[in-house]
Amino acid sequence: MTCLTARDGAAALGHWGFLALLAALACAAVVASLAIGASAIPPGTVIAALAGGDIAPRDAAIVLQLRLPRMLLGFGVGAALAVSGAMMQGLFRNPLADPALIGISGGAALAAVAVIVLGVPAAVAGLAGPFALPAAAFAGSLLTILAVQRVARGDGRTDVATLLLAGIAVNAIASAGTGYLVFGSDDRQMRDITFWTMGSLGGAAWPVVLALAPFALGAVLAAGRWAGVLDALLLGEREAALMGFRVEPAKTGIVIVCAAAVGASVAVAGVIGFVGLVVPHLVRLVAGAGHRLLLPASALLGGTLVLLADIVARTVVAPAELPIGLVTALLGGPFFLWLLIRRRRETLS
Amino acid sequence: MRTWPPVLFSLVLASIAAAADPPARIVSVGGAVTEIVNELGLGDTLVAVDSTSLHPPAMRELPQIGYMRALSAEGVAALHPDLVLLSDNAGPPPVIAQIRSLGIPTRMVPDRPTVEGVAEKVRAVGSFLDRQEEAEAVARDITEGVEAVSAVVDTIPDRPRVLFLMGLGRGAPTAAGQNTAADAMIRLAGGINAMEGYEGYKPASGEAILAAAPDVLLLPSDAVEAAGGRDAILAMPQFAGTPAARHGRLVAMDTLYLLGFGPRLPHALADLARALHPDRTDAFPKPPRGRS
Repeated sequence: MTCLTARDGAAALGHWGFLALLAALACAAVVASLAIGASAIPPGTVIAALAGGDIAPRDAAIVLQLRLPRMLLGFGVGAALAVSGAMMQGLFRNPLADPALIGISGGAALAAVAVIVLGVPAAVAGLAGPFALPAAAFAGSLLTILAVQRVARGDGRTDVATLLLAGIAVNAIASAGTGYLVFGSDDRQMRDITFWTMGSLGGAAWPVVLALAPFALGAVLAAGRWAGVLDALLLGEREAALMGFRVEPAKTGIVIVCAAAVGASVAVAGVIGFVGLVVPHLVRLVAGAGHRLLLPASALLGGTLVLLADIVARTVVAPAELPIGLVTALLGGPFFLWLLIRRRRETLS
Repeated sequence: MRTWPPVLFSLVLASIAAAADPPARIVSVGGAVTEIVNELGLGDTLVAVDSTSLHPPAMRELPQIGYMRALSAEGVAALHPDLVLLSDNAGPPPVIAQIRSLGIPTRMVPDRPTVEGVAEKVRAVGSFLDRQEEAEAVARDITEGVEAVSAVVDTIPDRPRVLFLMGLGRGAPTAAGQNTAADAMIRLAGGINAMEGYEGYKPASGEAILAAAPDVLLLPSDAVEAAGGRDAILAMPQFAGTPAARHGRLVAMDTLYLLGFGPRLPHALADLARALHPDRTDAFPKPPRGRS
């Protein structure tokens, strides 16, 4: 019943009205994440810091060097994950699809763990320095997706079912590799790995934000180009082709863009679960399955939810902080179960 | 919303400028580092510690900044410290860089699990806190205390084989190999590490444990409790056939006390040596009360 009223509300708002509402929510989350933190800084001081006013240097540094880049990073990661999840679910016509499913996260995690345990080769270290880990994670995700695509492509077509199965196989291999490296790691590295695989925005800094920005923005902007073909794909691949869409290039493009966006997200913030899976479902509940609205709305809501999860992560055990993946999984897991139970009930009744 | 006296402000500025006054608000990260600050009589300047700082017990009442390898920059900044002391195992590196970029003075304390390493740690903390003389005295006490234990150990010919297990949690227990704090403690206390041929901590199969034939099992106290006590552990199949189980020799010690390589090192060593050489317990110096 609530679902119906939500749908009706969304219909009454219309396309732009609904997006405006989500944008307002996003703005609220942005303001909250700049205003709330372990340090008690009055709102006036936060505004003065953003405006370049004359305030205590440490407060200014906390707002401008910690909270602002962290907010941008969180929003970017959330938008990238959610929009990738929405595209994957549309492409595979499978509500359970998300970037982790086709091996992207596994490949990224394997590469990152390899860097932690085996250390960085000296040549690369000079080149990458603090970016060795993100670079490795990114390379890992891209290599994984290219391998999976190779397997799934035959006579110029990508078979979606094979792609999923190949992804699952690659995930198994990647997690075995990660497991072997964890076995060979010492207690200290183990802690690092655990923390990294649970995700955190704690490493946010301006260079990291700049490194993520092209991938997150690119994914959100590129997603708009594919809204039409994704809508047509809801009817089936042949139907989409009959409607005049060039399905193959779109499929390849979507997979590559998702791999890049998710690889970059994992590289800067570790593995943050459930955002890519749950956010598109939330949007569909309210706004239906049309991709023209689903994709931008997912990006806005994904960014908003990651910011809210991060506020919880950084304040609930202050002055310590929780890994953000813990928060998203704690909130996302039960929600997803509820969603599954509801779907079962609907199909039964 | 805490307003704090301008006095502290000037202190912060002063400490950035010249470190003329000793720091008044210290955040300490690392169990041994925190113990040393207390040992130098500056425990009341600590405003927060990490989760590995469990001794003295009063430290558990202080605000917690989390595990030392998963720190939060804003969390630390929120405490308005005028000095952050970090074990060089602290992290993650980007967060430490952030703390520095906020203009908070941070100092790294080297952490090597050796006798010289402890003295080095104490002197480093002493120089950061402007307590060089006290630090020198503490370092000398530690070195002499260890030498006193070593002198007795050298007179004992037999070297029991000791197996240190980190925990008995899931599956194979994690055993200490070479180049670990546990390995160093076993050797200093006159034992032989029963696990040979690898570095760091690794899961050990039941067969490997039987093959290692340990005379003594050494475990963290909390791991013994979690596994249901001494007898339960000695009855486990992977230990039941070992000399340690036959003679009922299981030693449980607090993790930080045993492996921390802090100011309590001589006492921890004497305790371990007594447990490894039960026929010579009176030969080793007794720790003062309230130490372990």
